Amino acid sequence: MLGRLTLDALPHDPIVLGGVISMLGGGLAAVIGLTYFKKWKWLWKEWLTSLDPKKIGVMYLVVAILMLIRGGVDALMMRTQQATSVDGSQGFLSADHFQQVFSAHGTMMIFFVAMGLIFAVMNLLIPLMIGARDVAFPFLNSVSFWLFVSGMMLMNISLMIGEFSAAGWLAYPPLSGLEYSPGVGVDYWIWALQLSGIGSLLSGVNFFVTILKMRAPGMTLMKMPIFVWSCLGSLILIMFAFPILTATLGMLSLDRLIGTHFFTSDLGGNPMMYVNLIWAWGHPEVYILILPVFGIFSEVVATFSRKQLFGYTSMVWAIGAITLLSFTVWLHHFFTMGGGANVNAFFGIMTMIISVPTGVKVFNWLFTMYRGKVRFATPMLWFMGFIATFVIGGVTGVLMSVPAIDFQVHNSLFLVAHFHNMIIGGVVFGIFAGITYWWPKFTGFKLNEKLGASAFWCWLIGFILAFLPLYALGLMGATRRLNHYDSTTGWQPLFIVAAIGVLFIAFGLMLQVIQVAYSIWKRKEYAVDSNDPWSSGRTLEWATTSPPQEYNFASTPQITTRDAFWEMKETGKSVFGKAEDIYIPKNSATGVLIGITAIGLGFGIVWHIWWLVIVTGITILALLIQRLSTDDTERLLPAKEVAAIEKAHGGITA
Amino acid sequence: MSQHALVVKDKTLSGFWAYLMTDLVLFATLFATYGVLRNNIANGPSGKDIFDMPFVLVETMLLLTSSFTAGLAMIALHRRQAKTMVMLLLATFALGAGFLGMELYEFNHLVHEGHSWRESAFLSAFFTLVGTHGLHILVGLVWLSVLFGQLIKKGITEHTERRLLLFSMFWHFLDIVWIFIFTFVYLVGVM
Repeated sequence: MLGRLTLDALPHDPIVLGGVISMLGGGLAAVIGLTYFKKWKWLWKEWLTSLDPKKIGVMYLVVAILMLIRGGVDALMMRTQQATSVDGSQGFLSADHFQQVFSAHGTMMIFFVAMGLIFAVMNLLIPLMIGARDVAFPFLNSVSFWLFVSGMMLMNISLMIGEFSAAGWLAYPPLSGLEYSPGVGVDYWIWALQLSGIGSLLSGVNFFVTILKMRAPGMTLMKMPIFVWSCLGSLILIMFAFPILTATLGMLSLDRLIGTHFFTSDLGGNPMMYVNLIWAWGHPEVYILILPVFGIFSEVVATFSRKQLFGYTSMVWAIGAITLLSFTVWLHHFFTMGGGANVNAFFGIMTMIISVPTGVKVFNWLFTMYRGKVRFATPMLWFMGFIATFVIGGVTGVLMSVPAIDFQVHNSLFLVAHFHNMIIGGVVFGIFAGITYWWPKFTGFKLNEKLGASAFWCWLIGFILAFLPLYALGLMGATRRLNHYDSTTGWQPLFIVAAIGVLFIAFGLMLQVIQVAYSIWKRKEYAVDSNDPWSSGRTLEWATTSPPQEYNFASTPQITTRDAFWEMKETGKSVFGKAEDIYIPKNSATGVLIGITAIGLGFGIVWHIWWLVIVTGITILALLIQRLSTDDTERLLPAKEVAAIEKAHGGITA
Repeated sequence: MSQHALVVKDKTLSGFWAYLMTDLVLFATLFATYGVLRNNIANGPSGKDIFDMPFVLVETMLLLTSSFTAGLAMIALHRRQAKTMVMLLLATFALGAGFLGMELYEFNHLVHEGHSWRESAFLSAFFTLVGTHGLHILVGLVWLSVLFGQLIKKGITEHTERRLLLFSMFWHFLDIVWIFIFTFVYLVGVM
């Protein structure tokens, strides 16, 4: 009846139990709060069933930040273990638990934090920046989000029921095969990723069509804001890379479920094929995350330097080159496979080449600042921190593109330091810059600058303390994923410094939570008095009200130049016309229901509860058929009402 | 059709093209895997030993013909000949179901002979690639049945027309994928 599921699956370990209790406690507090303040209906109608991309974007953001805290706790546990587990002391984590923690940390941070943050900014900004009212397929967008949530839930359920994968964040076989990982951990990993991955794929298609088909009239490709260009590159990569992930996870799952021999060590299976396939997705994934962030920084640096972005055209070409080249470098993740000198030389050279367009971007940003009226608001601080840390990460990356050097540092902490340089110094700093920059647009008030700056300095100092020692440790021979080592290695002092660095970062994150809470409390004082609160906004989102109405713009703008809003302010000629009749998608509960049912589907497969798989599978199919047979999905908002709303909120109409 | 309906149709068709491309990447991954594993037959049979070409040829003809009738159905839709269109779609359904039945028969036969996906990496890759295509055909058949229901209830409207167009794109796409399977799995397999 319950497949492999027995009472043994409940947590026994006190540390895991603590995590479960704090998560359940948080959930319970939320439920009580919602009931006490009678907010359930509001939550359901205004948020969960909403098809407004701005609201979906905010929900992505909330989920991703919560998961950032969970992944951060994992990091804290790992660093504490490695700072203390020397000689006689075994630290506070068992070897198996430690392996689950590092696997969970990587999976969480990439799939449910970084991807969530990227989709948050895409949802919030792409339609606004191209002068559109919505995404191409609003319902599909909701399905994507709820699949993302179902994957996230499945991963968190693994903490309470059963175990998580102990095979690393990419679960290489044969370790992740049935023979060496017979438990449910790897299955949880596969299905959490499969569900959220399909969601990402659908989002890729959705936003791709949004950008290509829904730009305001006159906005040719070369007049798009650079952020939209960077997202377009990222979306193309999603469309080409995520199907590879879906197929690869599918094959790994078949190996575990029905006994196929794709990646087994016997009967002709080929584990290295998995490693090739997963990185054929995995390397583009790195650029899927970083490209939109390049876009954010491009907007931030232009706005806060009060200058046009330097080298727009070269920026576009750089994005295009990166998009193309990112499919030609995957093998540099495993030069040690033994592909031979020619193969390694090819991928090494391609890796060096892909750093060129990235270098072009760095210079473009610096030249944008040159002779600009630079204002060091918090977003700009994140930008400066990014340039410093990202260049260090870039240099060490190019260093490792030389196969002979890579052989020395392969799988060492040097590599761990490198990719954290890219992902924290790049993606995370970029998202924080973006959140601070666009916060007033979506809330109507600014965030406290002092707390923002303090948080930035904690993050930067913490980052340097936590990761620069890892470069040294890597060169001293420390491999990644060690749960114990000998004091004669001389590594412990550096591990302790790294642990202190993580504490700084945790403190920075705490300051940010306080910053948001404090700013909400003081929202009247921090309220912005214009639609263009930084007074140097360049792109269309600054033209509409803060927060924007659900239809974004009362009339479709007629674009003639780049940086349309800046031009509008300079020349005094409005790109907007009279308020129009507007079609708005009606709310739909189908996305939420599909998400909830998908959790059951994943859970059933993980635990071999086949009746549950059949029931949930049929339910999802029925929900989809019901929704896709519905013709009446939109309502019409007449121009008169639009004009009235705009008048009440100080919007722009002719 | 209203201006708004035209915009919706244009967006939806573009989106479906984009989706088909991603599905093609999925198949490409499975093809690549098959390419790597096709000679890893371990102790099991090779393609030459198990492929029954006349059988596969009949199967292929069924699918190609179903693609042809689907195309004719779209012409009928364009001319608003509802009756002809439904007849042609019924033929498409029957041919597709026939194809799927033959594929299941082939799979069943192989498993019965002891050549299941458990026997070797080659057979794992074969069953997965061909089976994934078969699963798509099944989805197409379910989709078509739902469309029959909608046509009976609503007739040809802007919405059902758009959905029929999408279905036909999907069906032709599966036809193209099958041509690749026929060539690179079956024909190359027996060479």
